[in-house]
Amino acid sequence: MQRRVVFDGKLLPYLLVAPQLAVTLVFFFWPAAEAVYFSTQRQDAFGLSTVFVGFENFAAVFADPGYLHSFQVTAIFSVAVTLLAMLPALLLAVMADRVVRFASVYKTALMLPYAVAPAIAGVLWLFLFAPGIGIVANALKWLGIDWNYLLNGNQALLLVIVAAAWKQLSYNFLFFLAGLQAIPKSLLEAASIDGAGGFLRFRTIVLPLLSPTTFFLFVVDVVYAFFETFGVIHAVTGGGPSKATEILIYKVYYDGVVGLDLGGSSAQSVVLMIIVIALTAVQFRYVERRVHY
Amino acid sequence: MESRSGHLSWLPHLILVLGLALVGFPIYVTFVGSTMTTPEILSGHMSLIPGGHFVENYLAALTQGMPQLSGVPVARLMLNSLIMALSIALGKMLISFLSAYAIVFFRFPGRMVCFWMIFLTLMLPVEVRIVPTFQVTANLGLIDTYGGLAIPLIASATATLLFRQFFLTIPDELIEAARLDGAGPLRFLWDVLLPLSRTNLAALFVILFVYGWNQYLWPLLVTNTASMTTLVVGIKSMLTVDANTPWHLVMAMAILAMAPPAAVVLLMQRWFVKGLVDAEK
Repeated sequence: MQRRVVFDGKLLPYLLVAPQLAVTLVFFFWPAAEAVYFSTQRQDAFGLSTVFVGFENFAAVFADPGYLHSFQVTAIFSVAVTLLAMLPALLLAVMADRVVRFASVYKTALMLPYAVAPAIAGVLWLFLFAPGIGIVANALKWLGIDWNYLLNGNQALLLVIVAAAWKQLSYNFLFFLAGLQAIPKSLLEAASIDGAGGFLRFRTIVLPLLSPTTFFLFVVDVVYAFFETFGVIHAVTGGGPSKATEILIYKVYYDGVVGLDLGGSSAQSVVLMIIVIALTAVQFRYVERRVHY
Repeated sequence: MESRSGHLSWLPHLILVLGLALVGFPIYVTFVGSTMTTPEILSGHMSLIPGGHFVENYLAALTQGMPQLSGVPVARLMLNSLIMALSIALGKMLISFLSAYAIVFFRFPGRMVCFWMIFLTLMLPVEVRIVPTFQVTANLGLIDTYGGLAIPLIASATATLLFRQFFLTIPDELIEAARLDGAGPLRFLWDVLLPLSRTNLAALFVILFVYGWNQYLWPLLVTNTASMTTLVVGIKSMLTVDANTPWHLVMAMAILAMAPPAAVVLLMQRWFVKGLVDAEK
């Protein structure tokens, strides 16, 4: 895409793109290339020299039961976060689209978690569920439920899922609401005159027209669950207990920064890059198709 | 529809109020915790009515040196967060505005290469290439500096794409008129394009400020001394595993960490919602 009328300039356009290109080259392409490079190298025990080992790091990563376990945790975590962030958001958006009174109050209040950092969201939920401290944890104990996410891996996973989904709910709500408000009211009124009830209208008109938004949010939420939730995991569980909440991005951090395994961590980074590129490609394919119809 | 016909008109309100309660509950309890003393919180039957230590706790958090943070007070961490968030937001806006301007309003060899190079960065969130990016930053001597906190995060395809989209809608007549009046490209940028982009800039500022303030993994890696870390990262150091966690201060810190981005979102709500939905489509 290009404008018909443009300015003349030989040097000026290069000067204008230079700052962004410089930052992109130094902090995107160089590190990405390094990740690919280090993923094919093995460091000696002292980190002094490296040798080329081909795909050995990748083979080691995929042969590592810890990595496969982390994949499994990530799959459960991201599907649960996505569903838990999307379904209530859709319900609330449909309701907010219907009401007239207090509409802006609801909207403003539901927007708030968007401003909360994932790590802080984790701290908020930790404060509710910390055994012996949080009021929800105490209530659970009073009900006779043995709640201790510091020891129980499933409970820990549940807690980080809820905290991560809570933060992302706002984002989904805002997009669903915008999508709903873009649906022509005349369409719904026509269906109403034809005798279609509320649920039928929702299923046959609203949901299909909302599907681009839904798909977009699905990809965004999966990417969010894969990467941005690092703060939740790090602040609440630190990947534990016994790796029950170690999602892939946490493992990249843990192996690379704490474990100092540069080759393995880089190989994991490269795997993650491929996943993001695939997700983005799928999304763009879909968005493009949408533009044509 | 239901609301017009009258029956069940209370149902959406009920669901929304329940939704609000669920969304607001963790924030409310945290606020309540921030107005109590730690023994009150740990008593096992914490009240849901705010306590009487609001001023005391926030004053202590802001001004007192925290032993868990090597004696640095929270006010310093807030300052670091603010500097980081503002540098990221304004830096991204500046370099994206300029590069989008060059790509849309000029024709020069390598234009598409530049566009694609910027576009590709969409696909590589900082978390993915975290360890090598850290090494590059360390090699440049940027550990424990504001530059190290902000610069690696200011390249963004999203902002560039948003500006590009908007610039493509500027009518050709405007440029022709500007040229007839003898305005050069920089004059046009400053006097015509910048004022026209006000709404986009405001929306982008909200999104990027929140993004910058809420960063976690990057500041965690790139700062080693407590006096250079950010508030969002600093909270984690307060949560010690033993029973010595000063919960009243942690809760005050959590509220302080939420307040600035929430204020920016609420005050600039009108532009933010429009911009968010436009930016991502």
